[in-house]
Amino acid sequence: MSEVLLDAQDLTVRHGQLVALHEVGLQVSAGEVFAVVGANGAGKSTLLRTLAGLHHTQGRIRFAGEDITRESAHARVRRGIAMVPEGRRLFRSLTLEENIRIGQVNAREGSWDVAACYDLFGWMHARRDERVSHLSGGEQQQVAIARALVANPRLLLLDEVSLGLAPVIVQQIYRVLPTLLAQGISILLVEQDVSQALRVANRFQCLLEGHTTLAGTPEQHTVQDVEAAYFGFTAEDAS
Amino acid sequence: MNWVNAVIQGLMLGGLFALFACGLSLLFGVLGIINLAHGDLAVLGAYVAVALLPSVHSNALWALLFVPPMFAVFGYGAQRTLLQRSMQSGPLTTLLVTFGLSVVLQNALQEGFSADSHSLSVGSLVTKAFHPASSISISYLRLGILAAAVIILVAVQLFLAGTSTGRQIRALSDDVEAASIVGINTRHVAGVAAAIAFATVAIAGLADGMYAQFAPTSGSQLLLFGFEAVIIGGLGSLWGTLLGGCVLGLAQTIGAQADPTIGVLVAHLVFLAILAVRPSGLMPATVEA
Repeated sequence: MSEVLLDAQDLTVRHGQLVALHEVGLQVSAGEVFAVVGANGAGKSTLLRTLAGLHHTQGRIRFAGEDITRESAHARVRRGIAMVPEGRRLFRSLTLEENIRIGQVNAREGSWDVAACYDLFGWMHARRDERVSHLSGGEQQQVAIARALVANPRLLLLDEVSLGLAPVIVQQIYRVLPTLLAQGISILLVEQDVSQALRVANRFQCLLEGHTTLAGTPEQHTVQDVEAAYFGFTAEDAS
Repeated sequence: MNWVNAVIQGLMLGGLFALFACGLSLLFGVLGIINLAHGDLAVLGAYVAVALLPSVHSNALWALLFVPPMFAVFGYGAQRTLLQRSMQSGPLTTLLVTFGLSVVLQNALQEGFSADSHSLSVGSLVTKAFHPASSISISYLRLGILAAAVIILVAVQLFLAGTSTGRQIRALSDDVEAASIVGINTRHVAGVAAAIAFATVAIAGLADGMYAQFAPTSGSQLLLFGFEAVIIGGLGSLWGTLLGGCVLGLAQTIGAQADPTIGVLVAHLVFLAILAVRPSGLMPATVEA
């Protein structure tokens, strides 16, 4: 079995009175794509943001064997956790290239640099001096991925990368994942689009209202099982 | 020819206003802090020079060597402690904290230096001027202050545009959370931005002290002109700050040329007019969706 890269146990996150995550655990192994699926408000993005260091949590997070539960977001980047946040969150006052370079400020040693990103996304070099607000949604998403890659992550967190994009653009973005896996980057992705997520994931976990309702490999469960877990039906209801 | 002289004097006065407004603009643009203690910090800078220069006759230009670095350290520390904590509680808390700091500074200065006015000596430089025409007088000191304002604003702009730390500051001003996601130590970078802002306000305070008399309560008036310059120029825009300072200086001296009693009033009226016509200022920072 592959080395466990990320081990999160009993994560409980509160937004005021609301419990967004309730004792959620997951393990991501080196070299795998792990998908977290669930409907709106299930706690998927909260889970990813917690792993990235943006929320305080009860429970424990270990990365590559080290306890990182109390570490800041920028310290986690240095350890090798990079995130592509929901909505891209590019820096609008920076050019395309500046947006990518800013991802290097706390980078690990590794082969990903700006030139490697230009190789991966061929259109970028010619438009490197443009403001990112001039780019399409799909192009912005690719810049956000490049910005995360230049940190040379061991684990890439992808939060709803397909959100608001045309299917053909989503396919272009997902086509990049095998290249990243081949370079030793593990991927933890959050998706509302279950079929898309299960196509690329080795393992998945379904969340509903902050609880884990189903986990396993895509082969282990039927579409009905996943739909039931996704919407909170019983399997009989779903069928 | 008197009008030409008024324009020249206005531009030079605008340099001083721009110098004041630079730190204010930076703190607001990057950290979203409306620093109500800004004017008092400038006055504090002048008083630090009064306290630390060997004698009241020492040339205050020497203070430029040690007061701005001291304020940079002070600014970094204030951001990492007082301001950072208040920012976590929301913008109103920051406003109240800086207001409180303003009150504390004014009272501490009154306690330490009395309510009497002071000025910083720059020797004969204060009266030296050249005269390109019979009715035009250009003070070396005022010209120096304008030059310092332009140099500082250009330097800050180049720093923000061309260095890694500058890019991090710009990223921070766009989106603090995204900045931390990409690996930026946001508290340290915010501290650096505050250090720059405090250093520039120290220079502004020294310049004002060389230019005019100051007292512990002078900060409020300075803050007002600083705010007006920032708002005329456009919030968060450094070039706009220079333009705003010059517009304000021109309005004041041209108004005073028409009637010496209404110079300041005209400046405030021009500010109000611009606020009514272009609420985002003459050169607002570019914000694109």
